[in-house]
Amino acid sequence: MELFFNQFFNGIGSGVVYASVALALVIIYRTTGVLNFAQGEMALFSTFITWWFTDQGLGIVPAILLSILVSMVGGAVIERLLIRPVESDKSPLNVVIVTLGLFLAFNALAQLIFIKPGAEALQMPNLFPSGNISSSIGIRKSTIGYAAILVVECVLLWLLLQKTKVGLKLRAVASNPESSKLVGINTGVMLMTGWGLAAGIGALAGSLAAMRGTGFDTSLMQQVLVYAFAAAALGGFDSPLGAVVGGLIVGVAESLTVQYGHYIGLDGIELVVPFVLILVVLLVKPNGLFGRNIVERV
Amino acid sequence: MSLLELRGVSGGYGQVNVLHSLDLEAQEGEVAVILGANGAGKTTTLRAICGMLDKVDGEVFFDGSEITKMSTQAIARAGIAHVPQGRGTFGDLSVDENLRLGAISRSDGGVGADLDRSYEMFPRLGERRFQAAGSMSGGEQQMLAIARALMSRPRLLLLDEPSLGLAPLITRDLFQQLGRINAEEGLTMVVVEQNASLALDIAHHGFVLETGTMVVTGSAESLAADESVRNAYLGF
Repeated sequence: MELFFNQFFNGIGSGVVYASVALALVIIYRTTGVLNFAQGEMALFSTFITWWFTDQGLGIVPAILLSILVSMVGGAVIERLLIRPVESDKSPLNVVIVTLGLFLAFNALAQLIFIKPGAEALQMPNLFPSGNISSSIGIRKSTIGYAAILVVECVLLWLLLQKTKVGLKLRAVASNPESSKLVGINTGVMLMTGWGLAAGIGALAGSLAAMRGTGFDTSLMQQVLVYAFAAAALGGFDSPLGAVVGGLIVGVAESLTVQYGHYIGLDGIELVVPFVLILVVLLVKPNGLFGRNIVERV
Repeated sequence: MSLLELRGVSGGYGQVNVLHSLDLEAQEGEVAVILGANGAGKTTTLRAICGMLDKVDGEVFFDGSEITKMSTQAIARAGIAHVPQGRGTFGDLSVDENLRLGAISRSDGGVGADLDRSYEMFPRLGERRFQAAGSMSGGEQQMLAIARALMSRPRLLLLDEPSLGLAPLITRDLFQQLGRINAEEGLTMVVVEQNASLALDIAHHGFVLETGTMVVTGSAESLAADESVRNAYLGF
């Protein structure tokens, strides 16, 4: 039973990362209707920016905050310069192709800029002290820290979306772009804001992910992105709450199957589990656990 | 003085022209109604005013300045509120949020008072204040769309077929309310409508469109009284 709890909380740790990236995917999907396949690699690039700041002698906290800021500007610029020009009602696939291109481009750029030839994996300084919270309870201090960050992130995001004018505008553009223009909202600025917000969330998620292992390289976010997509599908692509819950579920499911799959001689089965979860949810509840049923009357 | 003036406006979607050198004028404080059959270009005319067409030739003047090439959001901020066909409510946002969005471009402090006024004018909206707009009936959504447009304190209100999909009784109430708003507040309106007799009742001027061209213009009374116009275009 102790093993179960250890693995459960271990899963929460990775779940926080999946949840954050899923949150970024959902933010962009809700505000712009685009599934950003480059979300993970954008976060990867941001992670290297965080690392670069620490390498310049900055503490990990200011490094992450600066990286979030740089990423938000970068995300907004990407929307304006690369996404919007190719957006068209007639062929929504154009944007998908561009985000796939960005996926490759950011990965290659990160390799080119930050990894010296022959270098080993980079080390991200830890934000939280190592060790368990007490000798009798097998919960790592860092897991508590990750969970706290996720809670703060969610509260801030909720306040922004529900309690501010910008949030209302963002939700309006997501709900009805044409009517948004008719009430005088500059929809272009809102699309950039959505992408900036998502890039900032991704920067945080990537930086946290990089601390969890023994070092990181350009493959850091690839598995994370797939699991984040799983989390978003599980929770419902239009629900920020769903993204968070979905991320935690996927993280815990992965962690438990790593442990118990090993016992029954099925190493590697953890890669399958999230997709079985998704399949079941989508069959039973096609909008995801928290997705809206679209209500429309004529 | 004319608040809105279209001079020789042509335009449409893609390469197809729907409007052909159209002239239209709306006087300050009056209701102008655009009548015509399906496909005559009534909706396109309103979209031309709001900068929502792929291309527009000619000139659109609002309050003396040209707005032909301005963006939709800038035109909205300049004081033109447009209630599009199908109402254009934010379906998954609450009634309250819809109304606040109507006033989103305002920076004065009167938004709260205007919210109260909206709920006074449309008590049904007050009852459903925190309900998702998309879950309300068609008539309630039409009220919401109009209330939202009024929240921007517009100088000109464009209404695209407000009666669409509404029961006759509700439509009559709606037009009475529009007539009252015009009479009490002097708000200028341009109304596109299929229901000619109801619309002419509250209008000062009428314009009849046929395949993108203005074929008859005149005072509302003269249009309603002219038998040949009624038979040929209005069907009542």
